[in-house]
Amino acid sequence: MLELKGVSFAAGEGNERKEIIKNVDLSVGDGKLVVITGPNGGGKSTLAKLVAGIEKPTSGRIFFGGKDVTDVSVTDRAKSGIAFAFQQPVRFKGLNVLDLIRIAVGEKITAASACEYLSMVGLCARDYINREVNASLSGGELKRIEIATVIARKAKLSVFDEPEAGIDLWSFKNLIEVFKKMRAEIKGGSIIIISHQERILEIADEIIVIKDGEILKQGAKDEIFPTLGAREITLSCKKAENGGEQNA
Amino acid sequence: MPEFDALQMQMLKEVADLHKIPEGAYNIRSNSAPAGRRSTENIEITSKTDVSGLDIRIKSGTKNESVHIPVIMTKSGLKEVVYNDFYVGEGANVLIVAGCGIDNCGGQDSEHDGVHRFFLEKNASVKYVEKHYGSGNGAGKRILNPVTEVYLDEGATMEMEMVQIKGVDDTERRTIAKLKENAKLVVRERLMTHGNQRAASFYEVDLCGDGASADVVSRAVAKDNSFQKFDAKLIGNAACKGHTECDSIIMDNGKILAVPALEANDVNAALVHEAAIGKIAGEQIVKLMTLGLTEAEAEEQIINGFLR
Repeated sequence: MLELKGVSFAAGEGNERKEIIKNVDLSVGDGKLVVITGPNGGGKSTLAKLVAGIEKPTSGRIFFGGKDVTDVSVTDRAKSGIAFAFQQPVRFKGLNVLDLIRIAVGEKITAASACEYLSMVGLCARDYINREVNASLSGGELKRIEIATVIARKAKLSVFDEPEAGIDLWSFKNLIEVFKKMRAEIKGGSIIIISHQERILEIADEIIVIKDGEILKQGAKDEIFPTLGAREITLSCKKAENGGEQNA
Repeated sequence: MPEFDALQMQMLKEVADLHKIPEGAYNIRSNSAPAGRRSTENIEITSKTDVSGLDIRIKSGTKNESVHIPVIMTKSGLKEVVYNDFYVGEGANVLIVAGCGIDNCGGQDSEHDGVHRFFLEKNASVKYVEKHYGSGNGAGKRILNPVTEVYLDEGATMEMEMVQIKGVDDTERRTIAKLKENAKLVVRERLMTHGNQRAASFYEVDLCGDGASADVVSRAVAKDNSFQKFDAKLIGNAACKGHTECDSIIMDNGKILAVPALEANDVNAALVHEAAIGKIAGEQIVKLMTLGLTEAEAEEQIINGFLR
């Protein structure tokens, strides 16, 4: 269970100072899949970073598994069971895909075991396991590797910041299968996904709409989904639909 | 068969990945004295008569053989200059592993200056691996000043992997190369300095024949108060291709000076230089922390990967 109580976050100095998250209360129950949506610039990514500990709230408290983790470091939050998939995956000179997956798992698993995680995100493992995680990989490849590192953590809470962005030739359908599989494999594990995509919103238990740093709507999918306007939702485009069918 | 104590075996492992006496030709030099040698049918190792050092002659057409010539110094206060010449016959394809380990627990400086010259005949191919390693906590410095000269005849290829990760207090390495038509030079240098160490690396590569190519890449990390200088000059005198790259991470009070130089004397020469110096990107550390590493563990992983 994740709980945010009265969380605010401001950035910048003096006249430039801006409130990005304003007094947010929310909770994500065990085993739930919650999709956070809303217009760009509304504070969704910041909220995800606050959960992962990359940003610290200006005020308010964050609880995870009943413990106050507001002042807990990124490392210790990770160890307590929070995983985070970056919107913009980080590149590393020298570290290869196998290194990253081993770090994510926390032990020196074999290349064969690591390959399973890559297969889950639709990468031919043999071609990627020894590749450097650098600029030689495309944005889409990096994004899938990023998702694989989060799957490998088998965390109690997995946060994905716009996982569909940049996933070109791979279909949403496969991405959705990944989330379903994660739910099936991690008992009581919760997933937070930041997304505008209709297909991802459809698999949510709950939907939270954030605008201008505040929660605009929050509730069960069936209740919120029909109320969403064009600014909060992007219909899956034809190309993606076709890609999905081909890969099915 | 020569015998080595535990410390000597450790040094051999560090500089030449040797766990036992190697296959193929070898010459081991320990504390300025010969400690074992083997020539093979195709590879002849002989001592020079005028100066300290070896002549290594590899017959034309030799394939898939190796030469190991590690040097280890475990006594304090030794200073030596050694001249090794490698003559690689036409079409030969061999692995040459050199390297020097100095363990200095004493108060006096220990220094090994190796001058290596490589003469590759037409279409010969050499993979050269050189590792430098220092250990011991004596006040005496561990000093290595290697000089490497590479002469590549038509179509010859030399791939050099030079690594110095730990423990060498002071080093000045000079590498010069001259390439004829269609010859190819590839250099991969890995350097890490810490404490108050100093390391300077100079390259001068002459691309003299059409189709010649050189790719010199250095990855370096300077920690603590250490200083490094990377000075690479490519000279294009023909329709050739040259690329040098200096990619460096600085930490603490480390300092790095990169001095790129390109000289094109032929309108068909294509030369490129890239240099980047900076600290570890914050987002790399944060990403690894979200995977459960501490900041220090994340830095270590990033550095180890970078210098791999």
